[in-house]
Amino acid sequence: MILSAENISHHYNKHHVLDRVSLTLNKGDFITIIGPNGAGKSTLLKCLMGLIKPKQGRVSRNLNSRIGYIPQRIQVNPSLPMCVERFIKLNTKNGVETDLEYLDITRLKDKPIHSLSGGEWQKVLLARALRDRPDAIILDEPAQNLDIPSQVQFHKILNQIHTERGIAILMVSHDLHMVMASQQNVICLNNHICCSGPAQQIARDPAFAQLFGHDMASMMALYQQQSQPEHIGH
Amino acid sequence: MIAYLSDDFVQRALIAGLGIALITGVMGCFVVWRRMAYFGDSLSHSALLGIAIGLVSGLTMSISITAVCLLFSLLLFGLQHRGVLTTDTLLGILAHGSLSSGIVLLSIMRMPIDLHRLLFGDILTVNSTDLMMIFTGAVITLGLLIKFWNALILTTVSEDLAKAEGINTSFMQVLTLILMTITVAVSVRMVGVLLITSLLIIPAATARPLVKSPEAMAIVAVLIGMFSVVAGMMLSIEINTPTGPSMVVILVAFFAVVIILTGFLQSRFRRNV
Repeated sequence: MILSAENISHHYNKHHVLDRVSLTLNKGDFITIIGPNGAGKSTLLKCLMGLIKPKQGRVSRNLNSRIGYIPQRIQVNPSLPMCVERFIKLNTKNGVETDLEYLDITRLKDKPIHSLSGGEWQKVLLARALRDRPDAIILDEPAQNLDIPSQVQFHKILNQIHTERGIAILMVSHDLHMVMASQQNVICLNNHICCSGPAQQIARDPAFAQLFGHDMASMMALYQQQSQPEHIGH
Repeated sequence: MIAYLSDDFVQRALIAGLGIALITGVMGCFVVWRRMAYFGDSLSHSALLGIAIGLVSGLTMSISITAVCLLFSLLLFGLQHRGVLTTDTLLGILAHGSLSSGIVLLSIMRMPIDLHRLLFGDILTVNSTDLMMIFTGAVITLGLLIKFWNALILTTVSEDLAKAEGINTSFMQVLTLILMTITVAVSVRMVGVLLITSLLIIPAATARPLVKSPEAMAIVAVLIGMFSVVAGMMLSIEINTPTGPSMVVILVAFFAVVIILTGFLQSRFRRNV
């Protein structure tokens, strides 16, 4: 076990955001959390990362495991001069060259971080998350500002990191098409966990249909009949 | 022409100016990075209440200024995340509230109000106690900045990222407020309420197009500030103009030259620095 949440609940100003949510992230897992806006997805990740203390319930973390984190939105202020290499090395003594090479972004090393495109910036954040040899990486909507080709590429890289390095991935995603066409485990969150399991199973779950509408559900089921990874993006 | 440099008060003023440029140069970078310009400005306005309390009560001025600025910061920190008012609104209320209370207090006590001096400072009258204050302030601020440098920078880039990596970001916020308080408290009497913001922002902004790392920006900002303090003071003695504004004029001229020479405002340039 790397991380687990037991019955955590959280509210902001009496507005319930998380209602008795439990989940466990084990070595080698690939879990995607989906759900509508305001479903508590980001709050859940923040509780897991210890950025927010849930009002009820318990988050426990294997102290021997390291977790990389990519927060939802980072607005880089251009008045702060900082190149990619320096940003990745902030707060660590580990070298970063191999990660840059692995992600094919060595050429960005000396570029100022505020000048990067959305896709480049996500890869830089990923390199930073990889730098301390993590057992898991937690990502909060990593592909939200990317165009479709960059989204596809980013998901490919995540899959590669997961299979080649055995790093567990827990992410929040809005890209239903990509998530549902995958073989991953999916958690459907709407303040509480509506349903969870492999993507194929979720698409047929009545709770999924209720949350995203029947049209969406039948579309997803259709996706899966022809679900082959290389069809993604066509 | 430089004969006046042998005068005691000019020497003291120069040393004081260099000390202040050292603190404001580095802190100014954080002001620019963290978008705290309005905070620095408001904090220096609140210092006027500290000056008034010092004059009325006979307390050491530095102590009353520090106390008021600290109270101001804490009040802001406490009010910030509750209720519907945004930070700039709160700052406006606190700043002008304390500035006006200071003026009213002085006039109730029938103290003479030298507005010119309050607003633009009077660096030529610093004494050795003031110098002590400035350099104690400089040692404390620079010491703390160096110790927490990387943590402060990472917190500036992203609080969530910093917190996830085990940095105590609330402490970093409080630390920033304390450092700003010290900066304003030690320099407000010398350069005045209106000019502190210039000494914080202009050197940092001028340094920005010339550098590629946060450390370089801090060092270059300090050098620019120091140059302008000396040049401004000489200008003011030569042509008999008020010292504080003379320094700011030099700073702005410096800024304009750098901006024009580097073509910093063009988007092509922005991508490479």
